[in-house]
Amino acid sequence: MFPFAFEWVVEPTRYVFMGALYAVLLGLVILIHYAGIRAFLDLICKKGKEEEHH
Amino acid sequence: MKEAHHDEGHGHEEGHGHGTKYKFGMVIDLDKCTGCGACMVACMAENNIPFRKEDTNNRLTQNFWMRVYKISNGLPFPDTEISYIPRPCQHCEGHGHHAATPCVSVCPATATDYSEETGIVSQIYTRCFGCRYCMAACPYHVRVFNWWDARWPKGMEKYLNPDVSPRMRGVVEKCSFCFHRFQRARNKAYAEGRRELREDEYQTACTQACPAGAITFGDLQNPEHKVHKLKDSPYAFRLLEKLGTNPKVYYLSQRDWVRKAADVYMGEEGKDVFPG
Amino acid sequence: MDSATVPFDSALIPEGVKRCQLKWFLFWMALLHGPLMIGVLSYLMCWGLALNVTYLNNNFPFGLWIAADLGVIALGGGAFFTGFLRYVLDIDDLKHIVNFAVVIGFICYLAAQGILGVDIGQPLRGWFIFWHANVHSMLTEVAFCITCYFSVLCVEYLPLLLENRQINKLGFFHGMAHHLHGAMPTIAAIGVFLSCFHQGSLGGVPGVLYGRPFAYREGLLIWPWTFFLFILSAMACGPCFTILITRITEGFARKQLVKRNVIDILAKISGRMLLVYLVLKTLDTLYWISTAAKVGAPFKSFYSTAPYGIWVLIAEIGIFGYIPLVILLKKEWRQNDFFLLLACLLNCTGIFMNRWIMTVQTLVLPVMPFDKAVGYHPNWVEWASTLMWLWLGAIFISLSYRYLPIFSQERELNPT
Repeated sequence: MFPFAFEWVVEPTRYVFMGALYAVLLGLVILIHYAGIRAFLDLICKKGKEEEHH
Repeated sequence: MKEAHHDEGHGHEEGHGHGTKYKFGMVIDLDKCTGCGACMVACMAENNIPFRKEDTNNRLTQNFWMRVYKISNGLPFPDTEISYIPRPCQHCEGHGHHAATPCVSVCPATATDYSEETGIVSQIYTRCFGCRYCMAACPYHVRVFNWWDARWPKGMEKYLNPDVSPRMRGVVEKCSFCFHRFQRARNKAYAEGRRELREDEYQTACTQACPAGAITFGDLQNPEHKVHKLKDSPYAFRLLEKLGTNPKVYYLSQRDWVRKAADVYMGEEGKDVFPG
Repeated sequence: MDSATVPFDSALIPEGVKRCQLKWFLFWMALLHGPLMIGVLSYLMCWGLALNVTYLNNNFPFGLWIAADLGVIALGGGAFFTGFLRYVLDIDDLKHIVNFAVVIGFICYLAAQGILGVDIGQPLRGWFIFWHANVHSMLTEVAFCITCYFSVLCVEYLPLLLENRQINKLGFFHGMAHHLHGAMPTIAAIGVFLSCFHQGSLGGVPGVLYGRPFAYREGLLIWPWTFFLFILSAMACGPCFTILITRITEGFARKQLVKRNVIDILAKISGRMLLVYLVLKTLDTLYWISTAAKVGAPFKSFYSTAPYGIWVLIAEIGIFGYIPLVILLKKEWRQNDFFLLLACLLNCTGIFMNRWIMTVQTLVLPVMPFDKAVGYHPNWVEWASTLMWLWLGAIFISLSYRYLPIFSQERELNPT
């Protein structure tokens, strides 16, 4: 558990709180990356298909 | 020298929750207090509390850590009686359902903390970002906010206490039971090879300044300290006992109407008490 | 359409819809910048001269700013709740208004954070709430969840931005918008989770103050009853605020933007949430009266300080609670434009009033019996800095409406 302000505190509440925070942040980051990567792949595939047609 | 030990208070809920090494507290005898305000002045001088001429009669913006309230029994002459109530920070411990100090539990930045060693509620000025939630939480109005940057009259900056950091604007401050004096006394004791402090070695500025000797300060848990016995007096009471804040400041008064003033609301129940 | 009627910036305007001439739009923007500048001035005064320029004092550490913060977040609750109804409960018709709900939510949460930026005594230390977090404090929970939820709103707003006519031409952005739309149910679910916690924690902010019997509530585990009441009230008033702003926007745009059945769905759901909220609020009020008396606070003492008489309770729950409830539950009244707007206005006012009561009235009332009750009213600095977000919101909504395809039914309702 990464301690903010370098205060090592062994406390269940802190784990639940920070755990939920990290889960949310991770979820958001993954979703944005997912959308971006898929858009990028779509772009490449589309360009690839255009080149095939030519 | 006897070691300080936990003590179950008689008639007061003591010794629950935190098992602190010391439990510094005060007993203020309201029958001796004359309302002179020396405690307020001493506190301001000791703790580098800024002041402004415009705040002289404005209790909403004054920066007093120790404040003296004036109450009367509201009866007409010749039965009128007045009492003064010096009110420092109560250094609440909380107990039972409310196991935490009301202000400590709400601070979002951990800028205030209940000391496991002394029972004193500290305030970290450099960490406070001024959200003022603790001020809303405190029912005793002990916390004040620096609405201005401190400005000292020319030359007065040389008189500031070097043991107490002055605060800049935008942070909350409050009575610390002159914690810097505890640190000084503890350092001195350590240098002398002792671990225990004598009663006279650590006293707050307001206690020492009071000309009537109304304020007694010490370790509530230590049977050798005066406060230990005084708090068990049948005339001892605390402010807002029913709220469960478990404060460490006790008051003494043999006057019934003064004791009634401590724990009821203005309204039907509090009709005998009027602010001065 | 000839060049005289086509706006100069028509390349940026969504296809198939009409917008006013650019000069009138710029005039409207300039008009809003006037009062906005007064708000900016008030901000600079607070940051430069410190908070003594306000009417806040040691008795009133919380005032208009905090009440407005709590209020604006409750009103912005339409964003998460509409998102929940659309993406999680799959009420399809709401897809025509969910974009606008996101726009409204965005500006509400931006306002909440912006107001906090001026309210705290040391704004440059604002990050301490994250770095030195006290996980037991309700305010910490609020700060974390609001910041995270604002990120969610940014992610929800992003596809709208990317669907601007010119930006959408770029393949990558087109694809990104498409895939973000696909991920919207997950994003909305995260948003609901975060919203419930911060709406609730805002209720917890006054609810945990056991030193203030007026505000304090018992509760379930660490959560006072106000935690749950605030969530419910946000669900109740959020959709109403969305309806209100939609109708105001339609008024300014001089056209219908959303079909009435969509509005009706929101209004009906809002009414039902309001019913649940008011029943629980009434029960909580009765219980609170008994618990407060146990700590020596007779109920009469709460309402014996002018101007906070018993009318406050009657107004909050009765006039601004049960009256809009009746309107929203009764179909004929709900579908009448005038009564619907009245209900929305009363509902939102009631919730805002509740936030004021839980913060400011709490501080009016003395706790120590020898303490005096003190009055408070905000000064122009506080008003200007708070209302600044209203003007900014109008600017933001105006820009979004003009250049982004927010209302999917606009073309259908306004054929050119």
